[in-house]
Parts: sequence; structure tokens; C-alpha cells
Amino acid sequence: MEAMLKLTNINKTFNPGTINENKVLNNVNLTLEPGDFVTVIGGNGAGKSTILNVVAGVFPVDTGTIILDGEDITKLPEHKRAKHIGRVFQDPMQGTAADMEIQENLAMANRRGKNRGLAWGITKEEKEKFYKLVKELGLGLEDRLSDKVGLLSGGQRQALTLLMSTIQKPDILLLDEHTAALDPKTAKIVLDITNHIIENQNLTAIMVTHNMRDAIKIGNRLVMMSEGNIIYDVKGEEKSKLKVDDLLKKFEEYSGDEFSNDRILLQR
Amino acid sequence: MQSILLALQGALSQGLLWAIMALGVYITFRLLNTSDLSVDGSFATGGSVAAILISNNVNPILAILAAIFSGAIAGFITGFLHTKCKIPAILSGILTQLSLYSINLRIMGRSNIPLLKYDNIFKSFSESTGINTMMSTIIIGAIIIVLVIGIMYWFFGTEIGSALRATGSNENMVRSLGVDTNYAKIIGFMIANALVAFSGALVTQSQGYADVKMGTGAIVIGLASIIIGEVLVRKGTNFALKLSAIVFGSIVYRSAVAVVLQLGLNTDDLKLFTAVLVAIALTAPVIVESSDRNKMVKSEEEQ
Repeated sequence: MEAMLKLTNINKTFNPGTINENKVLNNVNLTLEPGDFVTVIGGNGAGKSTILNVVAGVFPVDTGTIILDGEDITKLPEHKRAKHIGRVFQDPMQGTAADMEIQENLAMANRRGKNRGLAWGITKEEKEKFYKLVKELGLGLEDRLSDKVGLLSGGQRQALTLLMSTIQKPDILLLDEHTAALDPKTAKIVLDITNHIIENQNLTAIMVTHNMRDAIKIGNRLVMMSEGNIIYDVKGEEKSKLKVDDLLKKFEEYSGDEFSNDRILLQR
Repeated sequence: MQSILLALQGALSQGLLWAIMALGVYITFRLLNTSDLSVDGSFATGGSVAAILISNNVNPILAILAAIFSGAIAGFITGFLHTKCKIPAILSGILTQLSLYSINLRIMGRSNIPLLKYDNIFKSFSESTGINTMMSTIIIGAIIIVLVIGIMYWFFGTEIGSALRATGSNENMVRSLGVDTNYAKIIGFMIANALVAFSGALVTQSQGYADVKMGTGAIVIGLASIIIGEVLVRKGTNFALKLSAIVFGSIVYRSAVAVVLQLGLNTDDLKLFTAVLVAIALTAPVIVESSDRNKMVKSEEEQ
């Protein structure tokens, strides 16, 4: 089977040649098969979010190539890659336009990667489609489609962003700690919606998380990162048998250090 | 009394013509959520282009179209400096404004062109209908305003227009949805300055001359109109209503100016008056908010 995403020898250093020089990705190689749902864990500054940003084209890589669905996208600017990529961010504010209506946001997303012209920004058929899709979220937002997104809660906004990022099936879905800013109950709802959408559409996805239990529970593959390196990569049955303690031990083994991240320790 | 009424009529006609400029400022200030200071320059550019053409016996309507086009070019320059050269929006606007001062002098060949001998759209309308020039200005101004608001309502509802509004609301998100936000911003700057120059061309025809300094403070007058409109028409989220509120704000601003001038304000102090007015209008929400908070605290203490 041809790979959906293939990262080869990716290096990325921020502020090279300065006192703040920071090597965030160190010769990273990662290949995703179609339908892979990878969870990525690691301490602060391990390079988890950077991997997503490199795939999305937020900043260029220093070396290496990024192949997405057979196409070399290494040099494409962010807005041109958007055609192939769905994204949900950690900050619920970042994935939606607060000053615009729910249906306007969805209509924008429905045109991801398409040419925009002088046709009306939202059609009648779209409104019906949006009503159905939003109803499936089960958050009661379907009757508020012409409300401004700024009126929604963080969880509602994340659910909406998820819907927006997958309304046109992306080649890959990038989730950057998208439940980290939510309260535990809301986080669980959003995670369930995430799982549902990914399974339903059989999407290829990468989810960065700080929650080890989530990382073990969902997805078919788990990747652990430390200081810009992938230090552990596990799939299928072996992954589903993992325990949080196994992951902590793995981390200590590699770095010779305690997993010194409060957020993660709290979540044990 | 008569003179005040006449002054208010004048305020209505000036308010309508200047409102087109304020609508342009609204695009950059509110929709793109940025500041475009090229306005002072592009307003005078619109006036200069219209004046030099009319004084060379070009049809006044063609002169207006040329002015609109020149404004769009000015907007393109500001947009290009901001997005491609990564210069902050405010500085990009200042650079364009500064350079337009020289360019406007070049266009006109001198600092002032009187047009009283020549035809203009208000005069022609007045002559063909028999309505006086003041009323003609009001009628034509109102028709143009309706057209401009109609076109803006349509454009900002289209796919491109929505992308432009979204760029002002959340740039990162729109980029992640495949919109080239640089392109969206440049389009926004171009439309905004095209409207500003349109306004400048109309004002030039109405006042019968163009002057290289005619745009000084235009941006502040635009902001004043927007803010007065927002303060006076607070209810409703309909886009056409919001745009109408700006026109209303522009007329109220001109009326306030007419009244204080009638009351004996020195015209030299007019710009100071405008600046103070805008400063107060911008401060008003802060004062209202803190007084609301004080009231809440008080009522809690009483309970």
C-alpha cells in the first residue's frame, strides 16, 4: 500500500545561530499508511506540535521532504496545502472566525482548497447539509446556525472546528492537543466526536496529546517523542496492551530522566 | 435660523459624499481589523485625478471612474507593502500617504485646481432638472450611497467577500482553509481606497476645486463617522444596516461641525474639534463599561 504521509529526514531548528537556538526536530522519519490514526505524546518542547506545523506548512523545514498522498508538498505554502489538510488547534479561538455565523464558518470550510469567486458565499443546499451535519454533533447547535461563533463555548467551538476540518475529506487530519483547553467532561465529548468522525470517514490522522490514557485508548498507533526525536513507535495489538506506566518507563529508559512534566504526572 | 437650516442642508450633502470615504475606512478598520492611514492621501488623489481630467474637458463621470481606479492602485501599494514587504499596516499606510502627497502634486501640476468654470455631475443634474445645486447634490449623493451599500452588501456576501471578512476575524483559520490571506488583504485595501478616492472625486466636484491638502484628517473623519454610527445604531447585526449607520454617522458628524461653526468656532480649530470628538467617542465604551461595573458592585454592597 502506498503511504499517505511520508516524512523523510526532517530537520528544523528555530533561531539558528543565536543564543536561543533550538533544535526542535532532529532527523525525523515518519510514514503513515492510509487510515492510520497516530497519537503523539512527549514532554514540553519534544517537537510534537512542530511536526504538525511542518506538515501543515506553517513554517518551512531546514532539510527533508514531505510527501502527502504521493505529492511532494515540501515547498508548497500553507494556504495551498490546505486543500489536503484538515486542522484543529489547541486554542478553541483559533479554528473558527468569532465574528462570523456558524453557517458562514462551515461554508468557508466547505470551500477549503477550492477557488473562491463571486458566487454567493453560502447556498441553500449547503444550509440543509450543515443542519444535518451539525445535528449529528448532538450539541443542539443545529438551531443556532446563524448565531455568531463568538457566542459558543470552547467545547462547542472545538466540535465545530472538527466538523469544519473534515467537511471536505482531508488526506490527513492534524489535531494539535485539541482537547487540552477544555474541562474533562467537555474534553471527553470532543474526543468521542473526534473518534466518531475519524472512524466514519476512515481518515488518516495525527493527534498530539498530553493525556497518556487518551493516547493509548484511541488510534491504532502511538508515537513518543523527546527532544526532537521519535523514541518509540508502536502499532496495533501491542499498542492496545500498553499501560501508562509502560510509557513512563519507556521514557525514562530513553532519556535517563524522570518524566518531569506536571501535566502528564497529574494525569496518571 | 435660516442660516442654520441652510448649514444643515449643506451638512447633509457633505455627509453623504464623505460617507463613501467612511465606508471605505470601515472595510480596513472593522472588516480587515487593521489600520489604513493611506486614506488621507488617496482621498486627495481621487480629487486630484478628477480635477485634472475635468479641467482638461474630460467627462465628469469618466473623471470619477479614473479617480476610483487611481484609489485602487494606491490601496494596492499599501497592501503590497504590508503583506509582501511585511511592513506593519500603519507604517505601510503612512508611507503611501506621504508618497501620494508628491504624486498628487505631480498629477495636478500645482497644489490647487479651481473647477468653477467647468461642468460637474451635480451642476449638470441641476441644470437639466431645475432643482438647485444643493438638493441635486443630496439626491445624487443619496443615489450613489444606496448603490455603494448595495454593492458592498453583495460583495461581502460572496465567496471572496466572506474570505476577506474571515481574514479580519481570524487570519490563521482562513489560511488553514486555503485562502491566501495576503491576496485577501490586498483586495480589501484596494476596494477601501477606491471608495475613498471615489469620495474625493465627488467632494472635489461638489466644492468646485481640488487641493493637495484636501485629504488631511480624512481618516479621522472616517473613524468619527463609523464610531458615531455605531454608538447611535447599536441594535441589529444586519450588514446593510451597519453600513447605513456609518452614513448616518457621517451626516451627524457634518451636522455637529455645521452647528459648532455657526456657534462661532474658528475653522482653524475644526481639526482639533474632530480629534477630540473621536477621542471621546472611542473612550465612551470604556466609561460605560466601568460605570456598569461600579453600579454592579454598588448594588451587591447594598444587598
